[in-house]
Amino acid sequence: MSKRGIETLVGLFVLLGILALVFIALKAANLASFGQRDGYMLQARFDNIGGLKVRAPVRSAGVVVGRVKSIKLDPKTFQGLVTMEIEQGLQFPRDSSAKILTSGLLGDQYIGLEAGGDDKNFAPGDTVTQTQSAVVLENLIGQFLFNKAADAGAANAPSPAPAAPASKK
Amino acid sequence: MTAMLQALGARTLRWLLSLGHAATFFVDLLRNVPTALRRFALVVAQVHAIGNRSLVIIVASGLAVGFVLALQMYYALVKYGAAESLGLVVNLSLVRELGPVVTALLFAGRAGTSLTAEIGLMKAGEQLAAMELMAIDPRARVLVPRFLGGIVAMPILALLFSTVGILGAYVVAVLLIGIDAGNFWSIQQSGVDIWRDVGNGIVKSSVFGVICTFVALYQGYETQATPEGVAYATTRTVVVSSLAVLGMDFILTALMFSTP
Repeated sequence: MSKRGIETLVGLFVLLGILALVFIALKAANLASFGQRDGYMLQARFDNIGGLKVRAPVRSAGVVVGRVKSIKLDPKTFQGLVTMEIEQGLQFPRDSSAKILTSGLLGDQYIGLEAGGDDKNFAPGDTVTQTQSAVVLENLIGQFLFNKAADAGAANAPSPAPAAPASKK
Repeated sequence: MTAMLQALGARTLRWLLSLGHAATFFVDLLRNVPTALRRFALVVAQVHAIGNRSLVIIVASGLAVGFVLALQMYYALVKYGAAESLGLVVNLSLVRELGPVVTALLFAGRAGTSLTAEIGLMKAGEQLAAMELMAIDPRARVLVPRFLGGIVAMPILALLFSTVGILGAYVVAVLLIGIDAGNFWSIQQSGVDIWRDVGNGIVKSSVFGVICTFVALYQGYETQATPEGVAYATTRTVVVSSLAVLGMDFILTALMFSTP
């Protein structure tokens, strides 16, 4: 085969490879999403972060507005300290609340940012004060059983005597 | 008894010697890269011989692997009601593991054996010795262009394998099984990271390209100058490349994907 023919075929081969890479990057990976512009940092303290992971999304009204940058334990208050990077250009009022929610029933956990009503907005580096920790399944079950036991106890003793608590087992 | 120990010791020493010989061969190849790059037409011709000629088998295998992967993963996922994440599972399997590894195994089988046979026959026909007599370094003229051709071709082939596999999975998942097309693509877009998954896959396939091409060239260069020698060297190329690729894959996966 002539030299020109070989060079053309090799050029086509390399072009095919580049097209495959572009296809995978755009159609099958997260290249076309947030992450290109730098954001500003906000911090939040939670009693229990549950299964939150670094790079989990931060959503407001369901729309991804940022990512979790780092998760640390505050050694003084023993609370989880989460640093979030929020998209530049989006301002949230100072009394916004951060909750740890689960996407779907068994999905990954993310931070839900609910905007408050304050006039002033967060400055970069501020800490979100209104937080709600993740739901821990064991605590929920324990609470449920405790409530059940309390209801059963109240049903068995219709006249609540303060000195003799009903304790029919 | 002592004869057996002697034989074992001799075998080990011979193996270590060949390992050192292979290492010096590799360093020699690297040293001759600038010389070979000056004759770029040779490298281009080798990319054609190694890459373009392997396209048919790589694309056909990619399509077949994509079909089968989609079907099998669907049967497994539908039990947990997670059939919608079929696209993500197929994409990650292909881009992270199957693309680089299966392409490397096919590459070793097709391009590796052709390289070994070519170099081995050149050695058997004393062409390499004739070149040395004419003061042409056979390494820079013959070996390094093939080395560079393999290194360039392998990541491209692995990417094509993964892409065709994903498209094949699309055909099976959306057109045959009936999964929603929008879901199929969007769950991949949110679950696959371009640097962590695709980037690491490209790094893996580059490393495998170096391994397969180097082993093929070394086996060809060191073959005994007889027909049986060439045949033996060709089979050794496939076996050694495949084992090295699988071993290296484990190490690279442990390094790259150890933390979720």
